[in-house]
Amino acid sequence: MTRRGRPSTSWIVPLGLGAVCALLAIGSLRSSLFAQQTVSGLANGGIYASLAVALVLIYRATEVINFAQGAIATFTTYVAWQLMQWGLSYWPAFACTLGIAFGGGFVLELVAIRPVERRGSVLSVVIAAIGLLILVEGSIGWIWGNEVKFMPTPFPAHIYTVGGVAFSRQDLSTIAISLVAVLVLWLFFQFTKVGLAMRAAAVRPDAARLVGVRVSWMLSLGWGLAAALGAVAGMMAAASPSVLLQPSMMDGILIYAFAAAVVGGLESAAGAVVAALLIGVLLNLVTTYVHFVGPALQLPVAFVIMLVVLLVKPSGLFGRTRVRRV
Amino acid sequence: MRPARGTVAGAAVAIVVAAVIGLLPLALSDYHRSTGATVAVYFIAILALDIVTGYTGQISIGHGAFMAIGGYATAILTHDHGWNDLATLPVAAAAGFAAGVVVGLPALRFHGVYLALTTFAVALAVPQIAKNYSHFTGGTEGLSLPSHSGLWLYEVGWAIAGATFVLAWLLLRGRTGRAFRAVRDSEIAAASAGVTLAVYKTAAFGVSAAMAAVAGSLFVLVNSFVNPDVFGLQLSLYVLIGAVVGGLGSLWGVLAGAAFVQLLPVGLTTGHLASSQAVPVIFGAVVIGVMALLPLGAADVLRAVLRSASTRGKHSETPLGTEGR
Repeated sequence: MTRRGRPSTSWIVPLGLGAVCALLAIGSLRSSLFAQQTVSGLANGGIYASLAVALVLIYRATEVINFAQGAIATFTTYVAWQLMQWGLSYWPAFACTLGIAFGGGFVLELVAIRPVERRGSVLSVVIAAIGLLILVEGSIGWIWGNEVKFMPTPFPAHIYTVGGVAFSRQDLSTIAISLVAVLVLWLFFQFTKVGLAMRAAAVRPDAARLVGVRVSWMLSLGWGLAAALGAVAGMMAAASPSVLLQPSMMDGILIYAFAAAVVGGLESAAGAVVAALLIGVLLNLVTTYVHFVGPALQLPVAFVIMLVVLLVKPSGLFGRTRVRRV
Repeated sequence: MRPARGTVAGAAVAIVVAAVIGLLPLALSDYHRSTGATVAVYFIAILALDIVTGYTGQISIGHGAFMAIGGYATAILTHDHGWNDLATLPVAAAAGFAAGVVVGLPALRFHGVYLALTTFAVALAVPQIAKNYSHFTGGTEGLSLPSHSGLWLYEVGWAIAGATFVLAWLLLRGRTGRAFRAVRDSEIAAASAGVTLAVYKTAAFGVSAAMAAVAGSLFVLVNSFVNPDVFGLQLSLYVLIGAVVGGLGSLWGVLAGAAFVQLLPVGLTTGHLASSQAVPVIFGAVVIGVMALLPLGAADVLRAVLRSASTRGKHSETPLGTEGR
């Protein structure tokens, strides 16, 4: 059970991050196109971050990747769209959707995942999550149809110009809202009793059970929170002009979130956020400056990043190295 | 350990099944024959997935990507270079094998969830690559191929399905199959018993991907059309569903899985029991139900029935679906 840190190389990651930040800052000061692409990359990264943290949340509790996370996020975005069709204005609909997403995630864990998990294998739970992905994505098509819908955006198309560089209010708001959502979640985990119980249930389920934490309810709660966070990601993604509201809307975003979660180390929420922002910026810059990478190749690029990180540092940038004892 | 009686019974069942499949087109319309050919496509793909996931314990959610490689090999060679359809199959298999070995290399280092993620990403990335290089693949508009009669497709499809089934059986019953299962059940034990993990894991991926590529080629021939959406994420997931419903680690379950994946949607929609929109919903629910109630799939039910019939069920087999971490 020894946890082996390697102090000799632990400075590489912070140093690398510092260098990347410096590079981005210098580039942004020198070229306005670079600065714009960096900011809109950060906005995309904020969306990936919410979804990636949702994935990390569930992974920490059950060691399972929730493949249905993107589909659930899309579903809740449709719910928001529906509420607005019924006459709610944006922010009340936003709040209602978060509540509905939380309840939905809670129930899904209870109905679909817990019976499978009781038989006790990670592979079965992964496959059940894939079943859930098909189920949820299918029911979106069933209820709302497969044609594209247009999500109203709460942000007026306002452009701020700072030193010759135009920033859209859309991008800045997306960054802010995603980061606030993640921050609220962090505060919840750090400073509330339920949050503490959830952390205990994730790290040492048996010990937590002994001190009276109802571990299985904590798992359902985790799914609920993850779904709510996913709903934030979904609504932010649908509000951006480049993404249209359709059943497969989050498929690609899910992969970026996967990549971010893996690069961040799968167990570290902070790592996932940093990695998500980096991936968002990197993808935007690569598609802008490397000409043979069109928008269609963004996904393979994210995949390659994920693969390289996994091969070089399998525990991710922020994960702890696990020693597997035979 | 298996008694000779089991082998004889297995051979008898195989002959009966082969006879039924062989005679079935006589009773079918040409449209239903090509539906039957699609069942053969799923049969081969699910068999391929079963080798790598069910027998070797390496989860793959990306078999649609290997099918895409085979499918595009066939489409490009026949469309642009005037090859005969069937002559492209070995090329497709070779391309698939190479791709499988490449994907299998990370499997040497990744376990369980990481491998699931990697293959999932492959399944999403390959159609995007096909979209990007459109001068080569026809892009979203795709490539059209000369169509074949339903009977031709049915015969060719099931002949190849039968051949791959025999190949898989030969591969899995001997030394290689034992090594695969040893890797699945415990990598450490397998390694200390002299199984070279690197060789067997990449071999399992290579063989499996080659088979999946052939399935992809046939899929393109059946549809006489290919575009990136044909090989989207849904195909990968359906292959996985078929393998799970049929039962991972069972050759006989493959047939049940293939029939389920192709015939349930057709049956539901032609019988007006449900709209085509409802099919994924039912699929998803079935997958979750199967994982919750009988994680070893249809093959397990069959096995339990046979065992209670012969009342000699003393040795319990390893729960296959549970070893894949």
